[in-house]
Amino acid sequence: MRTTIPIGPYHPLLEEPEFFKLVVEGETVVDMDVRIGWNHRGIEKIAEGKTYDQVIFLVERICGICSTSHPIANVLAQEDLAGAEVPERAQYIRSIVAELERLHSHLLWLGLAGHFIGYNTIFMWVWKYREPILDLFELITGNRNDYAMLRPGGVHRDIYKRDLPAIRKVMDELEPANEMLTKAILDDPVMGARLKGVGVLSKEDAIRYCVLGPTARASGVDIDVRRDEPYAAYDKVEWKVIVQEGGDVLAKAVVRLLENFESIKIIRQCVDRLEELPEGDIWSPIPQMPVGEGIGHEEAPRGECLHYIRSDGGNYPLRVKVRAPTYNNLPSFEASCIGETISDVALITAGIDPCYCCTERMAAVYDSSDKRLYDWQDLVRLSQEKTEKIRKELGR
Amino acid sequence: MGLKSWSLKRSPWIFHVCTGSCNNCDIELLDCLTPKFDVERFGILLVGSIRHADALIVTGAVTRQAAPKLKYLWEQMPKPGLVIALGACGCSGGIFRDSYNIIGPVDRIIPVDVYVPGCPPKPEAIISGIVKGLAKL
Ligand code: SF4
Repeated sequence: MRTTIPIGPYHPLLEEPEFFKLVVEGETVVDMDVRIGWNHRGIEKIAEGKTYDQVIFLVERICGICSTSHPIANVLAQEDLAGAEVPERAQYIRSIVAELERLHSHLLWLGLAGHFIGYNTIFMWVWKYREPILDLFELITGNRNDYAMLRPGGVHRDIYKRDLPAIRKVMDELEPANEMLTKAILDDPVMGARLKGVGVLSKEDAIRYCVLGPTARASGVDIDVRRDEPYAAYDKVEWKVIVQEGGDVLAKAVVRLLENFESIKIIRQCVDRLEELPEGDIWSPIPQMPVGEGIGHEEAPRGECLHYIRSDGGNYPLRVKVRAPTYNNLPSFEASCIGETISDVALITAGIDPCYCCTERMAAVYDSSDKRLYDWQDLVRLSQEKTEKIRKELGR
Repeated sequence: MGLKSWSLKRSPWIFHVCTGSCNNCDIELLDCLTPKFDVERFGILLVGSIRHADALIVTGAVTRQAAPKLKYLWEQMPKPGLVIALGACGCSGGIFRDSYNIIGPVDRIIPVDVYVPGCPPKPEAIISGIVKGLAKL
């Protein structure tokens, strides 16, 4: 017997309110449909009425968690259009801010994933370790989120030498914490049973759906814009791309945890370099935008983020086009959710890390045949109960 | 003070709705629950249904699709109840106010008791907003 379960449009996992329709037979998901567009704010159209400098502030507010990724992609597009050079110090500052953002975004994901499988300890712990990063942001940029650091041709604010020890200190504290979290997740048999083999996205499917970022790297697709087309300071520092073969939720968690170590490594090297470079040289003005078009892409915490700008030589862009990573990652649910049980759907949809925007939403679900009622909390509860069952079976 | 508002003041349960925000306000709200701020100490709790809630926190400049749902939610909320507009978007439409798809800010759709400005407001500001709202009751 087939049952249809709508989830959303208000749904705690997704960057924008989105609508899912799950068709289940018994416990197994047999079909799935995704609708988007509930959070449409017409950003591309507003951008046409803003100057090039203002557009950066606007795209910063596309997504609060990737609030450096979009501006970086946008300034890269503008610099591509104008053929501008960026001072070296600004490049390093961009890398530091981007990597700090990746750290806080990956930790945020880990915490929420912990919550969905019923490990609220992980949620609380991880968010505790995320807090110093936000404090650091406040110290170096003046705001906990929406940092307003990026500017066409450079950055708005310098990171002063007096602030560098604070960055080092947070990194030194974060590294053992991340190591502890990695071990706690990899060595825990309940976690292994709960995450391993769940929501597998094969390499072929990953390529077919054009998934990006950690979702692709967890399926063995070796892509990373930071290495493939370096921007900011990524070609000047030592780091490596993390690739896992599993394709399941465990592999996605491992990719993110190991990427945290790489981010810490990158930030340390950038901080060392900032020590040597002279303060203050952070911006080279772009006198005028020529006629033409520019493309910028950037590795956001969730994957490649692409911006396109067309100019007619005036003060305002003629067209701004944004392609965010979740747009590509979302359809892959079709490959990874079908055939799984509903108790895993919450986890699998969380696996690609769609930005967690809306906390708890209500979605009443009616099924005419057996009068069962589901909403998102039920899905989370099902997921948590499953973990509990596994825990009992393993005698823990 | 009636019995209802007296009981409201003790441990306000909160329902959060996103009507087209950028995530930040929502994440900062969630941040209030985590160890550093830990508002659960004071009995402030995020609940999953508006029918259990004492306060409605609205983030985002209201989009065309979200407006009827926001109104519907408000109608379902037990009264008296607080409505808190969070962030520059909720208060004034923020950077999105000129968009063709925005019909907000929130106070065009439903009456608002407390405005918490900021983009995003810090968790401290959110907590203080809730406290001020309670004092108003
Ligand atoms: S007020 Fe700022 S942070 Fe909050 S939703 Fe609006 S743009 Fe985002």
